Amino acid sequence: MDTALLIEKSILVVLLFLVSLGAAAYMTYFERKLAAWIQDRVGPDRAGPFGILQPIADGVKMFLKEDFIPAKADKWLFIIGPGLAMFTALITSAVVPWGPKLHLFGRDIALQVADINIGILYVFGVLSVGVYGIMIGGWASNNKYSLYGAIRASSQMISYELAMGVSAITIVLLSGSLSLNDIVAQQSSVWNVVYQPLAFLIFFVCALAELNRAPFDLPECESELVGGYHTEYSSMKLGLYLFSEYTSMFVSSAIMAILFFGGYNFPGMSYFSGNTLAILSIGAFAVKIFLFIFVIMWIRWTIPRFRFDQLMHLGWKTLLPLSLINLLITGLVIAFKNGWF
Amino acid sequence: MSLQIISIILGSLTLATALLVVLSKHPVRSVIYLVVTFFLITSMYIMMNAQFLAIVNMIVYAGAIMVLFLFVLMLLNLNKEIEPVNTRTAQFTALIAGGSLLLILITALKDTLILGESFRQKNEQIGLVKELGNLLFTKYVVAFEITSILFIAAMVGAILLAKREKQIIE
Repeated sequence: MDTALLIEKSILVVLLFLVSLGAAAYMTYFERKLAAWIQDRVGPDRAGPFGILQPIADGVKMFLKEDFIPAKADKWLFIIGPGLAMFTALITSAVVPWGPKLHLFGRDIALQVADINIGILYVFGVLSVGVYGIMIGGWASNNKYSLYGAIRASSQMISYELAMGVSAITIVLLSGSLSLNDIVAQQSSVWNVVYQPLAFLIFFVCALAELNRAPFDLPECESELVGGYHTEYSSMKLGLYLFSEYTSMFVSSAIMAILFFGGYNFPGMSYFSGNTLAILSIGAFAVKIFLFIFVIMWIRWTIPRFRFDQLMHLGWKTLLPLSLINLLITGLVIAFKNGWF
Repeated sequence: MSLQIISIILGSLTLATALLVVLSKHPVRSVIYLVVTFFLITSMYIMMNAQFLAIVNMIVYAGAIMVLFLFVLMLLNLNKEIEPVNTRTAQFTALIAGGSLLLILITALKDTLILGESFRQKNEQIGLVKELGNLLFTKYVVAFEITSILFIAAMVGAILLAKREKQIIE
């Protein structure tokens, strides 16, 4: 094994871990400020200038709270649940290409932890496993509200995974590769969203549902289920659940930027080269991720929550047929262009 | 050599978790051990450079199917009081059924070790998407299509069973 490669990848992994956690922490601050702005309030402004230290204060609070495990709970599963939720939220970022190669110390450093040739399937694999954290935690709490939350979360995630997968397949058809690196490289001139606006729309709605974000936040809907699957959780275990939601929001924004908005590509790329290009590309990617996060938060503070039967109706009877028709049309167009008729 | 050590460790872990599935008294824990077993099998596929199979195993088995298992078990709320009593006859029939399954598996799989080795030497890339797709859509296309028809038949049947006789709520 190449030692330099090992060191390089380890540094990248640690850096990614810190960036995802830091981004998630500051997303909580950003969300509160944004909510305040939309609702014409001030928002957190006490901790530090403009309340910039608020996430740290929140984190310290979470750690110092009493960690309580209910008497009738399944102790081990109760502990494993939040950890699993955080774990699955973090590992998706391993296949995300953050930018073109950097040249440092006479080496080409790829800004991607693992360039596996089935990158997009890996993302869906992690996504389908992601439901376990919520399910196990909700069930282990031994509380009817938690169980309802867990059941809602799992049925919602299974239902929306289908339409999401089908709309991602159209992108795979377009680019002819399952590797996220190739998909990004092929969008250097025209972004996929130009060819596939419908697929993007479906993917985006499904991503909101998979993230359990409003208007699809039924698993933790406080007006019916107290706190949903994390009713019984306290201290940093609750913190991990809340945090994992923000981390997945960050990663799924990155995935959406990669699949539909050209990843790290930006207009006028050909004027730059080398390390300048790499740094500018990372910047462009970060801006895209930020915009997605902004839109997701904006939606949360604008649209009221769905009812559960409406949610299922939308998933199975609207989004899935639409995505299938979209896939069929894309396939036909590609076959026609290749001269198969 | 280190590869062999890793596969021995993975193999024994797989066996251990598979045993725990059967031996665990608690149904939900059994399902969770089964999920872990599927993950270990996924890692075996990765060791064999079959990335596509590995990830599909993870999505379909560890992801979709086991989530449904867990879903049903959580709703059933099984506990000690309503656990069915194992009679002697039940144990005896289970022993015979399990024993004959073991026998069939051993006879079916006794040559695969040698076969698999020769197959892998022929083509290292066999587990990657491109190779697999080519094989599925050329050499095995008939079998592939027939399987998909079977799946559709099963799906239609399931929908028919689940559909209510009269739609009251619209």
